[in-house]
Amino acid sequence: MDNAQIKIHTKDLNLFYGDNQALKSVNIQVEEKRVTALIGPSGCGKSTFLKTLNRMNDLIPYVKIHGEIYLDNLNCYQDYDIVELRKRVGMVFQKPNPFPMSIYDNIAYGPRVHGLKAKAALHDIVERSLRKAALWEEVKDRLKHSALGLSGGQQQRLCIARVLAVEPEVVLMDEPTSALDPMATLKIEDLVQELKSNYTIIIVTHNMQQAARTSDRTAFFLHGEIVEYGATEKIFNVPKDKRTEDYITGRFG
Amino acid sequence: MPRKLRERAYKIILFASALTALLVIIMIGGFIFKEGMPVFSKYGLPQVLFGGKWQPSTQLYGLWPMIIGSIYLTVGALILGVPLGVLTAIFLAELAPKRLVALVIRPAIELLAGIPSVVYGLFGMVIVVPAIRALASKIPAYAEDPLLSSGYGIIAGSIILSIMILPTIINISEDAIRSVPAEYKEGSLALGATHWQTIYKVMIPAAGSGIIAAVILGMGRAIGETMAIIMVAGNAPIIPDSIFSSVRSLTGNIAIEMAYSSGEHTQALFATGIVLFVFIMIVNSFALRIIKRRVKNA
Repeated sequence: MDNAQIKIHTKDLNLFYGDNQALKSVNIQVEEKRVTALIGPSGCGKSTFLKTLNRMNDLIPYVKIHGEIYLDNLNCYQDYDIVELRKRVGMVFQKPNPFPMSIYDNIAYGPRVHGLKAKAALHDIVERSLRKAALWEEVKDRLKHSALGLSGGQQQRLCIARVLAVEPEVVLMDEPTSALDPMATLKIEDLVQELKSNYTIIIVTHNMQQAARTSDRTAFFLHGEIVEYGATEKIFNVPKDKRTEDYITGRFG
Repeated sequence: MPRKLRERAYKIILFASALTALLVIIMIGGFIFKEGMPVFSKYGLPQVLFGGKWQPSTQLYGLWPMIIGSIYLTVGALILGVPLGVLTAIFLAELAPKRLVALVIRPAIELLAGIPSVVYGLFGMVIVVPAIRALASKIPAYAEDPLLSSGYGIIAGSIILSIMILPTIINISEDAIRSVPAEYKEGSLALGATHWQTIYKVMIPAAGSGIIAAVILGMGRAIGETMAIIMVAGNAPIIPDSIFSSVRSLTGNIAIEMAYSSGEHTQALFATGIVLFVFIMIVNSFALRIIKRRVKNA
C-alpha cells in the first residue's frame, strides 16, 4: 500500500496570468492508482494547477508557465505531443458538458477522433466505458437518444465514461459534483472509489467531506502554494500547519 | 395626470410605428395580388407558372423560364457563397487574431454589405463577364451561339450573387459559431481532439441550425437581387440548358419590362411579382422557424 509509484510530479511549477501569479513553486508527487484531492478556498490555484496537468491552460492567452511537470518521468510540456498527453490525462469538468449528440456518439467521440473506425470495436468501447461509469444499465436502451436528455448526474457519469473511452491513465476531475444533488454526488463518489484501482485520479473539491471520503492523499492549496500535502487521514486529523487546520475546521474558506 | 397621459401617448406612438410596417407589407402584398391575379385567372395558374414561353407581344405569359432562372442563379450563388462564407466565419470566430478581425476583416465585410448593387453589376460586366466569355469561346459547341458564348449568364450571375450574399452568411454563421458553449470546445480538446476536429465534429454541428438560417437568409437576398443580375445575366427569357446560358430572373423580368409595358403585359409583370413574393415568404418563414427553434434550444 505504501510503496506506490509516482505517476505525476512537478518541479517548481510557477504559473502567471499576465502579471498575476496563480501558482507559486508547486512541488507535488502524485501517486499512481490513488485518489489525490486538491482542496483550498476559491482562487487558491487548485483548479489552475489541475488544468496544467493536461495543458488546458494552453487555451488561455497570456498564460506563462515556468517549471516542470512530469508524467511517468517525461516532461509534459516537452516530451509529449499535446494530443498524446490529453489522451493519457483525461479531464472531467465542473459542469457536465456532454456534446449535443447521442449518448453513443458522445462516448465514441474520443476513440473516433483518435482514428478508430471499426463498428464492433467502437460498440465494445462504448459499452465497456458506460459500464465502468456505472451508467450502462440506465442508458443501454436509449444509446441513440440525445445525451442532453439525461439528468445532471447521469450527464456527469456520461462525461466520465467519455473520458474512460479514450483509455487514459490519469483522470482529472474539476469539482465534478458541484452542480449535482446529493444522491448524484454520492454515485460519483462511489464511482471514484471503483475507478482508482485502474486509474490515477486527481480531484479538485470544495467539499471537505468529499475529500475526506474519497481521497487517499490530500493537498491543501492557499494563495497559489501548497501549504500541506500528505495522507488524507493525517491532513484531516492531525494537520501540521495552522492554516490547514483553520481551513478544514471551517474557520475560513 | 399629465404623466399618465404621456405614458399613454408613448404607447400609442410605439404601437403606430409598429403598425406602419405591418400596413405597408399588407398594402404592397394586396396591391401586387390585385394587379397580378387577373392574369392567373384568365390564363390559368399552371399555364402562367409552368408555361415555357414569355412573349408578351403574342399574349404568351409563361413564367417558367424566369422561375428556373432565379432558382439556377440562387443555387449557383449558394454553391459558391456558402462554403466561402462558412469557412470565413469559422476563421473569424476561431482562428483570426482579434486585432486583424477588428481592424481589417470586419470593416471589409461591412463595406461589402454596403456596396450598391449596381456597382457589383459594373464589376461583373467589366471583370467577370469577359473572363467567362473567353472561357466559353474555347468550347467549340458554344462559340457560335451568342446566348451561350457572350459571357453573360448563369455563371456570371452566380459569381456576383455569391459575393453579395457573403456578408449575410458570414455574419450570421459567425454569430452561431461564437454562441456554441465554450464547454463543448473544452470537452473535445480535453479528449485529445485537435482544434480542427473540434471545429468540424462538435462546433459546426452545434452551430448547425444557425448556419442553416444564415444560408436561408442569404438565399432570400439572392432571390430578391435585381440590378446586379440584370447587368450580368444576359436576360434572355429562355429555359437555360447550360451554365453558360443567358438567363433571366423573376426580378429582372419585372425591372426590364415595366417601363414600357401596358395593359395585360403590366399585369403579367405583377403576376411575376406575386410569384416572387410567395418565394420570399416561403424562404423567410423557413428561416424564422429555424431561428426560433435555435432560441428555444439555447
